[in-house]
Amino acid sequence: MKYAFPLAAVIALVLCALILVQIPGMQYLFGVVIPYLAMALFLGGFCYRIIHWGKSPVPFKIPTTCGQGYSLPWIKHDKLEAPVNTAQVVARMFLEIVLFRSLWRNTKATVYAGPKLTYESSKWLWLFGIVFHYSFLVIIIRHMRLFLAPVPGVVSLVEIGDSLLQIGAPTMYITDVTIVLALLCLFGRRLVNPQVRYISLMNDYFPLFLILGVVLTGILMRFFLRTDMDINAIKQLAVGLVTFSPTIVAKINPLFYVHLFLVCVLLAYFPFSKLMHMGGVFLSPTRNLANDSRMKRHINPWNPEIKPHSYASYEDEFREDMVEQGIPVEKELPSQG
Amino acid sequence: MYDSGKIIPGLIIFVLLVTIPIWYNHGAGTEPPKPVLPKDAKACVLPAAEIRATHMQLLNDWRDEVLRDGKRAPVLVDGKQYPKSLMLNCMKCHTSQKRFCDSCHTYASVRPYCWDCHLAPVEPVE
Repeated sequence: MKYAFPLAAVIALVLCALILVQIPGMQYLFGVVIPYLAMALFLGGFCYRIIHWGKSPVPFKIPTTCGQGYSLPWIKHDKLEAPVNTAQVVARMFLEIVLFRSLWRNTKATVYAGPKLTYESSKWLWLFGIVFHYSFLVIIIRHMRLFLAPVPGVVSLVEIGDSLLQIGAPTMYITDVTIVLALLCLFGRRLVNPQVRYISLMNDYFPLFLILGVVLTGILMRFFLRTDMDINAIKQLAVGLVTFSPTIVAKINPLFYVHLFLVCVLLAYFPFSKLMHMGGVFLSPTRNLANDSRMKRHINPWNPEIKPHSYASYEDEFREDMVEQGIPVEKELPSQG
Repeated sequence: MYDSGKIIPGLIIFVLLVTIPIWYNHGAGTEPPKPVLPKDAKACVLPAAEIRATHMQLLNDWRDEVLRDGKRAPVLVDGKQYPKSLMLNCMKCHTSQKRFCDSCHTYASVRPYCWDCHLAPVEPVE
């Protein structure tokens, strides 16, 4: 029941916001105080984690190579899988961050009678992951229309593209559909695949449910429960928040505060969770190091400083003792008198 | 700290990206819209709160009923008949597209595609 508790936690958060915001005066807490606190925690926590990681030494050069390393001229070098210089590392990192390239290597192991073990490529994680991440990115860009006044052209352009199908009114967003499907598939994958289910923890399920909660409240607000969903009042609050003069000008449907509260929980939770892979992907030494350990010496930063001690200077230091003990020396003691 | 020459600029770029809304608005933002309401008409086809929340759904339903199903019968509200039409009904009282429709839509970056087919009415003189 590793998923029951996170689900209950998200439901509790929803109910908490839904009930508390009905109390007069609590709108200010949920609309202004909590968003500021959450954003401060997000930015502060994010920077703290990154700097903390930056302070951790990398004792060895540990790139994961999965192709032919740089070798003799007639052996074809796999530049992306075993990069040897900065340009190749940058190309590898770019494809990793933008296309999640390493997930193409995901395999599924199955044991058949015999026993016979087979491995086959399993790209589902890649598919659900990339659909989810890009949908989320588009959704975040779209939301900038509520924070930026006047709305910049690029935000409008993304929005036009996202509602290109012109289904219904307000127009359906393509990313609303794809993010729900991707989240359900990512969750389903953790349930259906026994190995993945075994290693899934509460902190794997919680962000999935939390983001699903954010998405579902957003969809409900836009398409179904529109009463008192005063978009201009919401935008005035959002612009007020980012210009440090927040005002709540009208009564807004409690569902909006639930949506905002779940986003705040997500922001506050972000630096303390696995979601930090957003920053961590840039800092993973198995990806961002060049496979050049035979060309450049990698010095372990925590090596103690050991000065070279040649035999000649060793003998200089201990000559008297060595002669006294009858140990042969290369250079005799200077004759006395 | 190791590789601070790369990590610190990266972190600064991240913080700048996250705080785009703060420096884009220059600490001010724009004035919220004030749509101009008709002076003479008092009633709409739905109560104010409802029409504010669901006018886009209503117009979409009317469009489908009239153009796709051919159901052109007017709607009856409080004994008064209203044609199911943007141009012949809504825009009769809300005469200005710019000062009524667009004032909110532009502020919230909503782009209804009404005017892809309809010709906007001539803007009334001040």
